[in-house]
Amino acid sequence: MNSDKRGPGFYVLTAFFILFVLFLYGPLSTIFILSFQGPNGGLTFPMNGVSLRWFENLLFEQQAVGDFGGAFSRSLLLGLMTMLTTVVVSLLAGLAFRRRFFGSGPLFYLTIASLIVPSILISLGIGLAFNVFGLEPAWYSSGFGAHLTWTLPFGLLIMFAVFNRFNPAYEEAARDLGASPWQTFAHVVLPIILPSLIGVGLFGFTLSYDEFARTLMTSGSFNTLPLEIYGMTTNVTTPVLYALGTVTTLFSMAVILIALATIAVLRKRRARRLAG
Amino acid sequence: MTLYRIAPYLQAAPLTLILAAFLVLPIATIVMVSFWDYDSIQIFPDFVFTNYEETITSPVTWRTYLNTLKYTVIVWAVTLLVGFWVAYYLAFHIRSATMQMVLFLVCTIPFLTSNIIRMISWIPFLGRNGLLNQSLMTMGLIDQPLEFLLFSDFAVVLAMVHLYTLFMVTPIFNTLMRIDRALIEAARDAGANAFQILTNVILPLAKPGIAIGSIFVVTLVMGDFITVRFMSGGQSASVGLMMANQIALLQYPAAAANAVILLVLVLLLVAAILRIVNIRKEL
Repeated sequence: MNSDKRGPGFYVLTAFFILFVLFLYGPLSTIFILSFQGPNGGLTFPMNGVSLRWFENLLFEQQAVGDFGGAFSRSLLLGLMTMLTTVVVSLLAGLAFRRRFFGSGPLFYLTIASLIVPSILISLGIGLAFNVFGLEPAWYSSGFGAHLTWTLPFGLLIMFAVFNRFNPAYEEAARDLGASPWQTFAHVVLPIILPSLIGVGLFGFTLSYDEFARTLMTSGSFNTLPLEIYGMTTNVTTPVLYALGTVTTLFSMAVILIALATIAVLRKRRARRLAG
Repeated sequence: MTLYRIAPYLQAAPLTLILAAFLVLPIATIVMVSFWDYDSIQIFPDFVFTNYEETITSPVTWRTYLNTLKYTVIVWAVTLLVGFWVAYYLAFHIRSATMQMVLFLVCTIPFLTSNIIRMISWIPFLGRNGLLNQSLMTMGLIDQPLEFLLFSDFAVVLAMVHLYTLFMVTPIFNTLMRIDRALIEAARDAGANAFQILTNVILPLAKPGIAIGSIFVVTLVMGDFITVRFMSGGQSASVGLMMANQIALLQYPAAAANAVILLVLVLLLVAAILRIVNIRKEL
């Protein structure tokens, strides 16, 4: 295992791992290729020429069904709202859980329950609750709450992992030097955990941006992007569906890569500051 | 000093309020509505057990629950097998920490993209005229397209494994990384072979990660409806799908009764996993 010579197990597992990665990315690459289908091409191979026809169709032409632009902007805004709320609320709760407080056990189990309860139950429950209280469901109210029940547990678990490894000596040193609690937090704690907070934000955004089941009964009269895409699968029979898939996947990947790059830069800068 | 004492309560308040409003209250509403009555146009407050009676006494319900359990067991077994070996490979065979991180991210990135699109992406691959059928026919392995590839139980399980394996990989990888390498060294010095090290040292220590991954996969599959609807082409049923159909027909009390039964079942499964493995050390 840690010896220098690689045994046969290594090669078998390497092959297995490569297959796994192909399994993960293979299907995605087929819709990526097919979104460049020629103007007369269909939903499957072979490629009937190569064109940007379906991207043009998606971005500049009125669709027979659906409203891609509106759905995208709603999903983007909802993702950003969920991201900000998840970061702030998980950070605060993470700080709270560093000490014992009355009710901390039940609150922890409630958060885990939020992760375990099937999405469709949350969707149905929030939809019914809004109905019973006579409120109009909308993506920015009921939909927003439904997404938070999925992103907050992830946020809190990441904060647990962060604070479990956090060395309290830094805070004690700051306090000994006369820093107020706020100064200790802003100048010592926050810079150390900032990369993890970006990770929490990334989870908050992507989980919300892609969420389907929890939005189903809570989005009100306007669709978010996943609902719109799902609607398209039953109505649209041209590769414009794949063009949409390619565009949204590239968007997700861009968001992920920007977040990872920011985390890497922050880590490097901190390492340099500690060294120098 | 009072501020110091009340600080945790203020810090925990937003989380508590959000979960109370969007988790506790909705589930309480579901339980309440599951006792309501309904007709074809509206639901009205009542206290009747008919929703439960109709759900439990219908053979369709039993078949649907059994089918859902079947998906759960198969997907759980496959994701566990695949997830464990991927995690094992990353934890024990990749030696540089940077490479470990990079490969782990390679596995993670697809899971942060849209589930719906990842499902759609199987269509050009598995369809009647899909890539797989075409290649198999070109190679002369089959004469006519395989019909079972898409819109079947096979497609549902494949898509679920595709969607949910990471939920198994991450917690197992996490526990494997925490295993003290000296233990493995000691086992080898004591004469254990690779298989004995796996079964006597690594697997017992990986149990909490396996349990957490299992809880994720089991709850995701039990509540799933979109994968079943999309990948089976409407030919298979699951509890979630049954609920979604009842919701579409505005039979909210029936859907609510179903939801309560599903929730109880999921909680029992989770409790069973937690009885077998103690995960508290992990948290």
